[in-house]
Amino acid sequence: MNLKVIGAALIALLTFAVTPSYANEATEARASTGGAQTLEDILARQKGVEVDDSFRRENLGRPEGAQPTSGALGTLGGVSDAEVYRGIRYSEVDIKVSNNSHAASILVQDGGMNWLLTREQDIRSYAGFGIGGIIVALVAFYFFRGRMTIEGGPSGETIERFKAFERFGHWCLAGSFIMLAITGLLLLFGRAVVIPVFGHQANAAIANFSIWVHNNIAWVFMLSLVAIFFMWVRHNIPNKMDWQWLKEGGGIIGNGHPHAKKFNAGQKIIFWMTIVLGASVSLSGLSLLFPFEMPMFAKTFALINSVVGAGLPEVLLPHEEMQYAHLWHAIVAITMIIAIVAHIYIGSVGMEGAFDAMGSGQVDLEWARQHHDLWVEEEQAKARGSSPTGQPIGQAGK
Amino acid sequence: MKTMIMAFAATILLSFGAYVVLSNMGFSSADVQSAPSVRLD
Repeated sequence: MNLKVIGAALIALLTFAVTPSYANEATEARASTGGAQTLEDILARQKGVEVDDSFRRENLGRPEGAQPTSGALGTLGGVSDAEVYRGIRYSEVDIKVSNNSHAASILVQDGGMNWLLTREQDIRSYAGFGIGGIIVALVAFYFFRGRMTIEGGPSGETIERFKAFERFGHWCLAGSFIMLAITGLLLLFGRAVVIPVFGHQANAAIANFSIWVHNNIAWVFMLSLVAIFFMWVRHNIPNKMDWQWLKEGGGIIGNGHPHAKKFNAGQKIIFWMTIVLGASVSLSGLSLLFPFEMPMFAKTFALINSVVGAGLPEVLLPHEEMQYAHLWHAIVAITMIIAIVAHIYIGSVGMEGAFDAMGSGQVDLEWARQHHDLWVEEEQAKARGSSPTGQPIGQAGK
Repeated sequence: MKTMIMAFAATILLSFGAYVVLSNMGFSSADVQSAPSVRLD
């Protein structure tokens, strides 16, 4: 009995000895928080220690006891919720976020709706009708015109059209472009086509795969675009002969084949389209690869305004920069896809002997004479060690 | 055709290379835009 009494007395003593000490410390600490609970309060509660929470429990319906509106934990005073939301809506309030990006503090940006609708309606329509249209037109052309054959048949003798490094560069560009086109279209049409047909899970897997391929294969596209430019630019400078080639429709209008060197006017158009649109799609792609770090549309719009006074917006929010980059990326890419589908047609089923140029690199001599007659003369002259006019190299034009 | 297949193989290899290099250099949006207080892994 004595032991029980002594134990109870000890517990009571300890309780009285510890609790006032905690209570005093907590009260003092609360002074620094403006009356809010402290870390000690929270830790004590977690340890199961009884906490005197009357400072909170009774702090109700007493606006005079609230922090001043200028205080760190002060109320909003006379500011209504609606005003707060308007401030957020127009980015007029000081918003602090834990994200490093300056774009993260913009919580509402109404340009997003225009971007979404343009992407879901206009861009998809352009892609669908544009790419579908060119395929239908080419199929119709094939049935109407048939395959362009080598007049008089192949000679059986070949000439090297493209060297291995040229073909390597071409196929790196072509392979990466085709993968970029397929994955880009899967991302564009995922919600509209893949989900209704294959379901959400399939679309998630396809989209995940597509974005990985798109983001990483893009570097090969950009590298090979630069390589292609330096490799072939000197052969693609426009000249008078190109105008004649275009007037004859590359041989479709009238009889015979217009003169052409290594690249005819049609090929030059494809070359410059690839270089110019390829550079543009690469720039907008880089802007998308590194979000908010490469804004370029405000500056571009300012430049356009200074030249033609188009009245385009020159101050853009970070999100708007990304939205413009995204839309422009799709518009340029779809234009390229339409042109490249035609290029693939003419380089494969559309013309007999054309694929060999990029396949083995060796084309039939008769094919070369019909489509690139001046280039053949140059090559044969080089082989003979003389100029195309028959004079020894070094004396041509003297 | 051999050159074409080699180019496609090089394209695949370069793509993986780009992924490895950019990932290790911390170029992902998650790496670039998260504050130190964010745990990504």
